[in-house]
Amino acid sequence: MNNQPIIISASPHVHSSRTSKKLMYDVVIALIPAFLVSLYVFGISALIVTSIAVISCLVFEFLIQKYLLKTEITISDGSALITGILLAFNLPSNLPIWMIIVGSLVAIAVAKSSFGGLGFNIFNPALVGRVFLLISFPVQMTMWPTAVENNTAIADAVTGATPLEIIKEGLMYGETMTELTSKIPSNIDLFLGITGGSLGEMSAIALILGGLFLIIRKVITWHIPTIMLITIAIITGIFWLVNPEKNANPLIHILSGGVLLGAFFMATDLVTSPMTKKGMVIFAIGIGVITVVIRKFGAYPEGVSFAILIMNAFVPLINTYFKPRRFGSKIKSKIV
Amino acid sequence: MLKTFPKGGIHPHENKITSAKAIKKLPLPKTVYVPISQHIGIPSEIIVERKEKVSIGQVIAKSGGYVSSNIHSPVAGTVTKLDKLIDSSGYKKQCIVIRTDFKDQSNFEIIDTPLQTEIKLSETEILQHITDYGIVGLGGATFPSHVKLNIKKDKIIDYLIINGVECEPYLTADHRLMLEKAEEIIVGIEILMFALHIDKIIIGIENNKKNAIDNFKKLTTNNNKIKVAALKIKYPQGSEKQLVKSLLKREVPKNGLPLDVGVIVHNVGTIFAIYEAVQYNKPLIERVVTVTGKKVKNPSNFWVKIGTPVKDLIDEVGGLPEDTRKIINGGPMMGKAIKNTDVPITKGTSGILVISEDEAERKRSKNCIRCGQCVFVCPMGLEPHLLMNLTEKRMYEKAFNEDIMTCIECGSCSYVCPSHRPLLDYIRFGKSIIKKLETDKN
Ligand code: SF4
Ligand code: SF4
Repeated sequence: MNNQPIIISASPHVHSSRTSKKLMYDVVIALIPAFLVSLYVFGISALIVTSIAVISCLVFEFLIQKYLLKTEITISDGSALITGILLAFNLPSNLPIWMIIVGSLVAIAVAKSSFGGLGFNIFNPALVGRVFLLISFPVQMTMWPTAVENNTAIADAVTGATPLEIIKEGLMYGETMTELTSKIPSNIDLFLGITGGSLGEMSAIALILGGLFLIIRKVITWHIPTIMLITIAIITGIFWLVNPEKNANPLIHILSGGVLLGAFFMATDLVTSPMTKKGMVIFAIGIGVITVVIRKFGAYPEGVSFAILIMNAFVPLINTYFKPRRFGSKIKSKIV
Repeated sequence: MLKTFPKGGIHPHENKITSAKAIKKLPLPKTVYVPISQHIGIPSEIIVERKEKVSIGQVIAKSGGYVSSNIHSPVAGTVTKLDKLIDSSGYKKQCIVIRTDFKDQSNFEIIDTPLQTEIKLSETEILQHITDYGIVGLGGATFPSHVKLNIKKDKIIDYLIINGVECEPYLTADHRLMLEKAEEIIVGIEILMFALHIDKIIIGIENNKKNAIDNFKKLTTNNNKIKVAALKIKYPQGSEKQLVKSLLKREVPKNGLPLDVGVIVHNVGTIFAIYEAVQYNKPLIERVVTVTGKKVKNPSNFWVKIGTPVKDLIDEVGGLPEDTRKIINGGPMMGKAIKNTDVPITKGTSGILVISEDEAERKRSKNCIRCGQCVFVCPMGLEPHLLMNLTEKRMYEKAFNEDIMTCIECGSCSYVCPSHRPLLDYIRFGKSIIKKLETDKN
């Protein structure tokens, strides 16, 4: 035998070989289709925004860990990388660079490190960064690139406002859905990604693809995305059936704005979502309801980010009250 | 559809490399080291002296109480020492050391008996044999079998489940036994049916042992009392509570036993031991042990005398591989790492697994990313991340209220945690502290 000592450790002696790093990089892979679409639609600016966000997130994480917290450097764990990508995906492609950097700082320093780092944060860091920017710089954050600023051929189809903004404003000024439908991209365009809005929320098909990949790889389960989408579809469906001229149909609601990005990538964030299936269902219903309420009654045309953050705050509570059923806690079976 | 339990579970690599290898007889060991506590419960009391000559099968330590068991000499020879030696638990335990007398022909007496189907003993005689001949659960728990079979009058038992699941990766001892001693096992089952007046039997086997399933199905075609059930390959399918749930949809209550839902569960190995004890008056002095590992030259299944040092088995399979870093008594999920190969085989040893360099070391534990994986896989519906957290913070009472004591220590949580958190280590620790606090209180 070799001179290495025999190891004594307690069981189990094998491991699934799935590591948190691998999970994180699966998420990165799942985001690639949506990123490619944004490159196609917005051209080089998509690349710039994403790289700035990713680099600043990584740099801030490094600086904070090295000089402030003086802990182990964990920037290679993939989590700051994901935060960067997701933040970028939630920004307009023409946002000033310094704002992106500020957003990244808020995401990493305020939303993540101040809670104790990966695993301890309550709120999704990328969303905190985004909402901070939205509140601080509402004008820039809702100014979407138009054809002039963007030189790709496809950009002609990209309007200055998102479909949801057009609908919200139009309805406010008394226009009907029939009139508004001609002003927003068709469902097919929404599905493929030819629309205005944040970087990563473009293409429904790309986001669904990425989401399915995560479900197949068992990084996330189907519960949160499916239930969240169903909830939104049902509530907006009821409004729409009651008055189709004053309410957008469920398909528009699901395909536009941040719903799909939120459903597959933000609400499912492992750290900030519930840990039991029951809890996930409650969490997803909550997000769906709040999203529709904000879209319909709130000041903002879009409500997914707020909805997710609000439900993030309830996760500790959900985890406490929706526990898995303990084996043997209720004796259903009887001796026959 | 294959039956299985509804909540939790994992599917580790099966690695059953020895499933096609017939059980060989290990040569008689030169010396055996027989610990006096090989079962759950009170240790047995030594009744031999140093230098005393013992014959094969002679009682050398008698049962120390009700939940205890007799221990018999596995060989004919001379007691050379009564000493405390390290056993598979890692602690020093009282052992009886016997030097084998190779000249004594009786060493070969009890092996290879023809199939004996006729049951001649009465019910009470059968139970007496099981008590006297030191039969304990051979699935790993080593609970004295006579205790399990002594059913109080007020309990109604309608099912006997035979556990042939063997869900631990690598191990094939039960699989081989089911293939090679199927008829004997059927007789063993009939013995218990007769003694306990039970006429509903299910043999549960995981679906990766199709030949064993077919074999039993063939043998029981004309028997409408014994059913053979194929189970989905899912760990820990072989855990009693999960098995009862899978086969009968009955849920053993928290802190309860299968008995509480009218079921008795016995491992196939135990059934075979019962057959031998009842039909041939043979005490439990040998068992099947799988010796395996990815780099082991000639992994095999052996008939091994209790008390044989692990070294003897390792020598038979071609020695320890160069890069051995861990030797495990049992399977990779629930087995115990042992310090060296001097440790003896006991009644509870179903396998010896040798693990090499690359698989032996644990990865460093990282922050919990709250992914919920541990919660999803826990077959008992616990929240391992929470239990670890509470134990870390010494909040034992809270941990108790979160049902830490119902953990079956299957290891699924630690297996799956992507942050390599030593969940089960902490849970075990928490459980032991709580047990201690409870005994201190009384
Ligand atoms: S070891 Fe205990 S806590 Fe962990 S999965 Fe198994 S039963 Fe659950
Ligand atoms: S599996 Fe590990 S990382 Fe995931 S919740 Fe459980 S302890 Fe935390």
